[in-house]
Amino acid sequence: MANSGPKTPHPDTLAVHAGQSPDPATGSRAVPIYQTASFVFPDTDTAAALFNMETPGHVYSRLSNPTVAVFEERMAHLEDGVGAIATASGQAALHLAIVTLMGSGGHIVASSSLYGGSHNLLQYTLPRFGIETSFVPARDPQAWARAVRPETRLLFGESVGNPSVDVLDVPAVSAIAQEHRIALLIDATVTTPALGRPFDQGAHLVIHSATKFLSGHGVVIGGVLVDGGRMDWVASGKFPTLTQPYEGFHGMNFAEESTTSAFLLRARREGLRDFGACMAPMTAFQVLQGIETLPLRMARHIANTRRVVEYLSMQKEVERVHHPDERTHPDHELAARLYPKGCSAILSFEIKGGREAGRRFIEALTLFSHLANIGDAKSLVIHPATTTHFRMDDDALKAAGITAGTIRLSIGLEHPDDLLEDLARGLKASQR
Amino acid sequence: MNFIAQGYPAYAYTGGKPFDASLPTIVFIHGAAFDHSVWQWQSRYLAHHGFSVLAVDLPGHGRSPGAVRESIGDYAEWIAAMLDAVGLPQAALVGHSMGSLIALETALRHGPRVTKLALVGTAAPMPVGDAFIAAAREEPPVGQQMEAVWGHARLSQLATSAVPGAALVSASRRLNARSKPSALHAALVACNAYRPAAEAIAKLSVPTLVVAGKRDQMTQFKAGKSLADSVPGAKFAALDAGHSMMSEAPRDLLAALRDFLR
Repeated sequence: MANSGPKTPHPDTLAVHAGQSPDPATGSRAVPIYQTASFVFPDTDTAAALFNMETPGHVYSRLSNPTVAVFEERMAHLEDGVGAIATASGQAALHLAIVTLMGSGGHIVASSSLYGGSHNLLQYTLPRFGIETSFVPARDPQAWARAVRPETRLLFGESVGNPSVDVLDVPAVSAIAQEHRIALLIDATVTTPALGRPFDQGAHLVIHSATKFLSGHGVVIGGVLVDGGRMDWVASGKFPTLTQPYEGFHGMNFAEESTTSAFLLRARREGLRDFGACMAPMTAFQVLQGIETLPLRMARHIANTRRVVEYLSMQKEVERVHHPDERTHPDHELAARLYPKGCSAILSFEIKGGREAGRRFIEALTLFSHLANIGDAKSLVIHPATTTHFRMDDDALKAAGITAGTIRLSIGLEHPDDLLEDLARGLKASQR
Repeated sequence: MNFIAQGYPAYAYTGGKPFDASLPTIVFIHGAAFDHSVWQWQSRYLAHHGFSVLAVDLPGHGRSPGAVRESIGDYAEWIAAMLDAVGLPQAALVGHSMGSLIALETALRHGPRVTKLALVGTAAPMPVGDAFIAAAREEPPVGQQMEAVWGHARLSQLATSAVPGAALVSASRRLNARSKPSALHAALVACNAYRPAAEAIAKLSVPTLVVAGKRDQMTQFKAGKSLADSVPGAKFAALDAGHSMMSEAPRDLLAALRDFLR
């Protein structure tokens, strides 16, 4: 059938407009910063109704705020989710997702190729609260399937791993989640909705560090958790937090209350309320300034990265470049299938001479900034083995695709010729 | 709450409070390929303000198993059977879209059992375009996309949601996607075929409210107004919203229902 249904706004339009009407009070076209802790109740009945979730609206900015809601709705529309919750950081989004789904006794299967902060939370911190994680090689679906236990509630991976730049086969992992009626959470920080939407590939929940490409300016810390509304929590039978009455909120059964958004109700009414890792209105405003140009920026990030990958792969000082654009990369075909517009402005490479050459390389760079972040408009460089992943032993490092000589680059929006010139200076210095 | 109607188990959401048959009862009836949760805000509020509420999952929808019905009349008979099942001689009926036709037909067939009638996002007749019906039959995801997009005000994705943090069009489409693949098509055919007799509507003695969305792309505003004009003494409320007034204008719809039902 030729009819594809009624037209909806394109992602470029959503990035600029979604979730925001001109301010009804002032006509402000820009998103106003509602810098307030609380919201006046028009009368006592409305106050009671707001507290008992009989009417939607804002009460207290830890739970919701009009500026933050614009960011949440914009992300939900860009990801084609049913709604979103903004958080104080990407780490807070990951924590909120996990604690909404499970408590002590719960089990997670996660990719071994994770951002170091996520690895810390799963490996060292959550076990203290009774939540265990098994780490599996991202590229081995059988390993994911084998690691699932009766108490497993969540599969978790990054759309594109950081820093090893491995591409997760989300449809394959999703099939395992479906089989076991458990949830699949994807950290899509590296790809952003501009390059691919995890819900289209079979994910149930998505998190982002909004600090990275979504903002693009590197001036705020923030995160977001988006619910695709695709998981049938009741049919699963494994998520009593969503399908049994919750004494902490008037005995509410969230899945009865909202068939598609039960997860978000519980996450907001319990997780934001009690753990309190909410996003500040000023932060939401600043992230929104970035999202307006997200599709434009990601196209330039990808174009610049292609130039850098091509250049590094031809240099004698470089042993190997890890990026799916490389035909020798094990995920080359998968990346082309899942992310036809490009998959990553992050790349890593092995420099000849190991740790010492890496040190000389980084210190000779002048345009690249040496720091712990990715997804900035400015190009960034770091040595993971001594910084973001320093808590890992050699085996864990190897599982995460890192060696002593691994250098990670996050390619920014500068002119590519200037980036190549800086890299050339660094490579020359590395071999002295 | 679970009950048995026409021999099959069925479910109704009671607004977060146990059902109490001694209070005046409001039955909420959802539209094509939806479930009780479209009434989330209005049903929960009224359940905490002097009413008992039953937001039903129609047979073959949500938590109610069984076959989807082929006609509005069949659904009206199910509503009457549902009232019997829970021991209610009478109730107020609030219906949205296809649910409004079910409520209307229940009032036409079983007038004494209906204390009040609120029709939200309505038109009678309710013609459905051939392309929409064909899409629902041949390519359910496309049909669901039509239902979700036309079910909201134009470009509603670009406006602030009345429910903080919610993407209403996507949420609506995901709810449709959970229904049986045949549910949307069967509902659209039933709506399209429903032709209540004008003389019967002109004699309707149940107090009636029609709520129409000024930006409704599914059932036109003027069609709602026209129906209100044809029911003797009917009240009419115009909301600044599209077809899905329960979530697009939850507070305004609640105010209209509360004033009418109290």
